Amino acid sequence: MLKFNQISKNFGGLQVLSDVNFSVPQGGIFGLIGPNGAGKTTVFNLATGLLRASGGSIDFNGQDLGSIPPHRITELGIARTFQNIRIFKEMTLLENVVVGMHDHLDYGFSGLLFNLPSFRRIEAAARERALELLSWVKLDHKAAMLADSLSYGEQRRLEFARALATKPKLLLLDEPVAGMNPAEKTELMVEIMNIKQRGFSVFLIEHDMRFVMGLCDRVAVLNFGRIIAEGPPDEIKNNPEVIEAYLGKEEDE
Amino acid sequence: MLEQQLINALSLGSVYALFALGFTLIFGVLGVINLSHGAIFMLGSYSALLLVDKLAMPLWLALLAAMLVAGTIGLVVDYLILKPLRARNAPHLIPMIATIGVAIMLTNLAQGLFGAENKRFPFGTIPEQSFNIGHLHLTELQIAIVGISVLLMLVLLVVMRRTQLGRALRAIAESPKAAYLLGINVEGLFYLTSFAAAALGGAAGVLVGLSFNAISPFMGQPMLHKGIAVIILGGMGDIRGAMIGGLFLGFAEVLTVAYISSDFRDAVAFGLLFLILLVKPSGMFGKVLERKA
Amino acid sequence: MLEWWEGFWATYSAVVYGIGVNAMLALSIYVTLSCGLLSLANAAFMGIGAYAAAMISMNSGLPFPLALAAGAVLPALVALIIGIPTLRLSGVYLAMATLGFGEVVRVIVLNMEITGGPMGLNGIPLKTEFWHIALLLAATLYLLARVRRSKIGRAFEAIKADEVAARLMGVNVPAYKLFAFVLGAAIAGVAGGLNAHYTFTIGPNNYAFENAVDILTMAVFGGVSNLIGPTIGATILTLLPEVLRQFKEFRLALNGLILIVVVLYLPNGIWDPRRIHAFWQRRKAGKDQ
Repeated sequence: MLKFNQISKNFGGLQVLSDVNFSVPQGGIFGLIGPNGAGKTTVFNLATGLLRASGGSIDFNGQDLGSIPPHRITELGIARTFQNIRIFKEMTLLENVVVGMHDHLDYGFSGLLFNLPSFRRIEAAARERALELLSWVKLDHKAAMLADSLSYGEQRRLEFARALATKPKLLLLDEPVAGMNPAEKTELMVEIMNIKQRGFSVFLIEHDMRFVMGLCDRVAVLNFGRIIAEGPPDEIKNNPEVIEAYLGKEEDE
Repeated sequence: MLEQQLINALSLGSVYALFALGFTLIFGVLGVINLSHGAIFMLGSYSALLLVDKLAMPLWLALLAAMLVAGTIGLVVDYLILKPLRARNAPHLIPMIATIGVAIMLTNLAQGLFGAENKRFPFGTIPEQSFNIGHLHLTELQIAIVGISVLLMLVLLVVMRRTQLGRALRAIAESPKAAYLLGINVEGLFYLTSFAAAALGGAAGVLVGLSFNAISPFMGQPMLHKGIAVIILGGMGDIRGAMIGGLFLGFAEVLTVAYISSDFRDAVAFGLLFLILLVKPSGMFGKVLERKA
Repeated sequence: MLEWWEGFWATYSAVVYGIGVNAMLALSIYVTLSCGLLSLANAAFMGIGAYAAAMISMNSGLPFPLALAAGAVLPALVALIIGIPTLRLSGVYLAMATLGFGEVVRVIVLNMEITGGPMGLNGIPLKTEFWHIALLLAATLYLLARVRRSKIGRAFEAIKADEVAARLMGVNVPAYKLFAFVLGAAIAGVAGGLNAHYTFTIGPNNYAFENAVDILTMAVFGGVSNLIGPTIGATILTLLPEVLRQFKEFRLALNGLILIVVVLYLPNGIWDPRRIHAFWQRRKAGKDQ
């Protein structure tokens, strides 16, 4: 579904990614792990068009993402959440999620100007759908509250719901459970599995090994900007290179 | 003829550079575009005028005193207005809007206190001497202006590059939070920077006041616009950029007036501003557009 | 009674018109602020609109509405042209660029023959009537209210809150910013056209930096959380100089002071629904005890 072909990325003299090749299959949960600073978020930034690759190409469902601007990549079906949560703080939860539906609200200027029935219908449907998505992450009871008033874990879930609102085919989750307590992590794990059942494909970055190994169908490992292993979780767990890459770092999980 | 224009340009450019330095210091260290810098420049000029006129102070002393006055005003503005906004972590544009308010207040008050018409230094206070080297005509004043500007810029450069203080300031410019964690007295240095930057602005005011022998409450405004153009040209927060940018603007203006038309003098600054923003917004030496927390 | 009214109107009609025009100007900058853009170019756009409308009225037989339309379209076109490159810049750089643009316009107009140079245009026909201003202000408010309630308004808010996140939610950020900028310019232009036709004379100094700051002050003072704020801000700040006539000399200083005080103590302006709501909540809680 999402294919990285010999991607390299450098910032000035700093080589962040070199010869990165991997493929995220459709309909599964794919994980990308690696020590801090390995370049994982850069991979996401490249996939969503926030950065341009220095070399190589990225294909999504056969289409080269080349120089397509971020908002068009979202239209093509890639959505993402952020490592350091980027919700719209001064908007309500409902509004946050409805923003995600931006591209799918098909009314024209005259519709919104004259409050035509088509406008009202589409807006109402959007709100309903937003409420539904919020219920998937168990935040529907707080729909009218400001996003700023949520706890950290709740904000992560909101971001998740908002990403779903863009009707993605592939969901990119950047450290979705960072900062959550074990109960919240389990809940989110269940929710991601549900998402998979509903037909979404998931590509996630995480540090929490238990989470990744328990959830993902395939895992790729990034170290110093290179892919050192790719395969099912069991293989990865026992891969000596992977173990060595992590041994140098103090992982608290 | 060209050489003569270059002399004029050097003199004008040094003052632009001096003014821009204060401006860029505040941006670099405090992260604020202080649009009251022009008003402080103007008040520096009036201070010197008053001291010379009413107290018959010698010019060099009046310059120092005016720098002191300007610096104090800058410090007060920082303490009363910018500091509370820092505590609140206000987004960038907010302090800028507040400094617009300060600029308007100070300008209007100056107008009310001193009158709107141009004032001149008392007869005989401005050095009249001039020299002729070959076919070049240099006035003592021009030499003094360039000399003082260069001196102040050198002092600033030395402080920034070779002292502990300079290192601390550069650390703050990179990231105030990190600097704080390193034990640097960030708040204290903010005050110091505000003071020093305003003092430089005041000095520029005195020099410009002497140079044109015309001091008005509104002299800060066009200067501010040019200061903005210079720091964007040179790269915001970059000291070398402010100096080189200032000289560049001086040359561009003088040459435009000499060879094109004096009508477009004020537009030169903004023309350059526009051009640079379109081509390389970070300016000649700027690297970072977004400042880390 | 009628005599009193006629007397009142003769003296104060300019003030009433001024409220309407200033409200439109404050709303024009509100549009850009609601998208997270600080544009100090709206005074220049007002000027472009004013000159365009006035020159049409003075030099051709075209009717007033057409002149006003030109007053909206010309600034919009200019905004479109300069917006495309400058809106790539963020926050502070954009503010500086728009400030610069405003100055360039002023210098150009100052030096052109057809705009009358430093003397400006004199003898603009007095065509503006109360209902013109009321109608156009109402239309502006209606338009902006509808936009606010739609996906465009939400997109603006999202861009203001977090541009990158908005982009990734599918919002075409550059296009929306340009729309806000152009819309603001058009509204400011119409206000300029209306203003020119009751002030009889206009000059380059009516549309300078100070005026851009005035407009910004009205919006910030009133509050930019919704449409009521800028309207109230414009009303109060237009009436204030009349009330404080004796302090005329220090009117600007007062403007500056207001700006400072509002920024420091009333960051969301006078009309801040949240603060007002919280106030009433506390009063209610107090009463219930």
